[in-house]
Amino acid sequence: MQRPINLFASLLLFMFACSTAGAKETVKLVFIGPLSGGVSANGMGGRNSADLAVRLRNADANSKYNYELVVLDDECKPNIGVQVATKAAADRKIIAGVTHYCSAVAMGAVDVYHRFGLPVIVWGAVLPDVTYANDYKEVHRVNGTMINQNEVAAQFMSGLKYRKWVIIHDTTDYGKGHNKYFSADVQKLGGTILGTFGVTADQQDFNAELTKIKELQPEVVYFGGLTPIGVRIRSQMDKLGVVAAFQGTSGIVSDAFIEGLGPLAEGTLAFREGAPAEKLPGGKFFLEQYQKQNYADGPEAYGAFAYAAASLIMDAIEKVGPDRQKVMAELNATRDHQSIVGKVTFDDHRQNMVPLITKFVVQDGKWVVWEDSEYAKGKRKLPRAR
Amino acid sequence: MDPGLIGQYILNGLMLGVIYAMVAVGFTLFFGVLDVIKFSHGDVVMVGAFVALAALFGLQAVGVTSPSILLLLATAAAALAMAVLGALIARFLVLPLRQAPPLNTLLITLMLGLALREAIRLFYPNGSNPKPFPRLLPTDSYTFGAFSLRLDSLLLLVTGLLAIVIIHVVINRTRLGLAIRAVAQDPETARVMGVNFERIVMITFGLGSALAALAGVTNGLYYNEINFGMGLLLGVIGFSAAVVGGLGNIYGAILGGFLFAALQTVGAVWFSVPAYKDVFAFAAVIVLMAWKPTGLIAEKSAERV
Repeated sequence: MQRPINLFASLLLFMFACSTAGAKETVKLVFIGPLSGGVSANGMGGRNSADLAVRLRNADANSKYNYELVVLDDECKPNIGVQVATKAAADRKIIAGVTHYCSAVAMGAVDVYHRFGLPVIVWGAVLPDVTYANDYKEVHRVNGTMINQNEVAAQFMSGLKYRKWVIIHDTTDYGKGHNKYFSADVQKLGGTILGTFGVTADQQDFNAELTKIKELQPEVVYFGGLTPIGVRIRSQMDKLGVVAAFQGTSGIVSDAFIEGLGPLAEGTLAFREGAPAEKLPGGKFFLEQYQKQNYADGPEAYGAFAYAAASLIMDAIEKVGPDRQKVMAELNATRDHQSIVGKVTFDDHRQNMVPLITKFVVQDGKWVVWEDSEYAKGKRKLPRAR
Repeated sequence: MDPGLIGQYILNGLMLGVIYAMVAVGFTLFFGVLDVIKFSHGDVVMVGAFVALAALFGLQAVGVTSPSILLLLATAAAALAMAVLGALIARFLVLPLRQAPPLNTLLITLMLGLALREAIRLFYPNGSNPKPFPRLLPTDSYTFGAFSLRLDSLLLLVTGLLAIVIIHVVINRTRLGLAIRAVAQDPETARVMGVNFERIVMITFGLGSALAALAGVTNGLYYNEINFGMGLLLGVIGFSAAVVGGLGNIYGAILGGFLFAALQTVGAVWFSVPAYKDVFAFAAVIVLMAWKPTGLIAEKSAERV
């Protein structure tokens, strides 16, 4: 009677061996970003880019695991963001995450990641506090912060001889942060802030604020906020006849901004960390691969960062295995890691140190790098330029 | 302050006011005729705007290019569709609950509003994103010092006021209006006198909802953008305006609409943080309600609507 059992057992063992040899172990990652709502274009671009990184890794015969990307929508709303972050963090099969475009959402969600011990890399939110206001070992960020962004913006605008600003910012952490850093930087350089207007992030009517602004006669209207109300403000500025340069932040660098405004977008300025995808070290490769996948939407401004974040996580998993603690330790120690956005090095707050900031201007319905634009060459003039 | 700027503030306030008044008139009509509060009204405004937008794309697809014809047809389509929707709401949700406590009607219309909002969000293509609304009106602008008047704003203002006047004339000068007033005053007697009660209620709801569609289109043309959530705040503001003015009284609704817009504008000018303007306007509404609980122009039970 001994024999048949042995035979059965060895058969089972054989089958098990076959199955592990044939299929790699599946490891889950999560992507969280705004897939619906006003800034969903950026969210979709980020999702596609993270998805691209996973697909390329799965196609690579040398990778030890089969990766699966779980995609969740935070709607750019802090309450929804915390819900989906909890859902992801509570799922023990998920090893790490590529999370958040909206700063206000990231601020709420980082506590959740810390509590559940889920290592994440932020791919788009630019508020410094996301990494600097806590000491959560779980939270990393590949893109730069609004500190660098506004420093460059203030220097650049002063260089263009603008002196008088009016600031409109949304009253979320994101908008308030932009207001704080830009106001400080520009005043250091001798600029004057004629007025500061905090507005709610879903406000429709800005006529009262803009009439007040018209009276103040600024040379530049600085807008710290995201695309949807940026579109509204710029369009209502035109209706009221407010003539001033329109200066935005990374929050409006999206195709949706130009689509929403049409020809009115012309001459809008904005600043963003990193460089346009095609000018990044790995940009050509990234864009080629992206095109091959036939995604419905483009990678948008932060797609390359989402790709880099996903790749960084998978590199860590390949090295130390699918274990949250080990992956976190590995990510914490990232130094000079090659990625398509350049070398990634995390500082003591796990913030990537990317000094590179690119200046953009809308020219003929496209975000053009300032240095390549006709504005820089003097062929076109910004409103109220000296 | 520069007189041109004061003029600009007044114009901004008037534009907001005419949109609010159009919404508030709807609330007041429904309350006048049936003593119900229909909380889905703001979302009917939003659906009206979306129907107009869809109609615009449809018309453009069949080759209509003239902006004025496009706009007229799309507005007509939206008004008609919303009139039908309003009548259906009256027939199937409001009238059957006539004998039930008013709280039930309030609740059922609140739920309907939510359903309308989510339906647009889920079923309109890419409905969760704000939609650019085409600029179809002439954009000529006239500048006098600090004051700039755009032809499109002026047209919208005039159209809105005209629509309210038309509703007013219909109610006070026509046989239909007489029937509506009769039902509002005393449904039982009106019935005895041969007025088809249910039909009149449905027509009133249709009328108010068509006006809501016009408010939606005006909103779209003014801001050049519509989104699925825009009806929520508009509904609350329209309702507050109607209550402040005196629910059931059409002049009250108009007064309330313009008053609310004025409060918001004053709030925005006064406070250094404009985000407080809604807080200010709603706080003022609370004070007004405490002072005059029946509204500024109290409904006389003998002649409402």
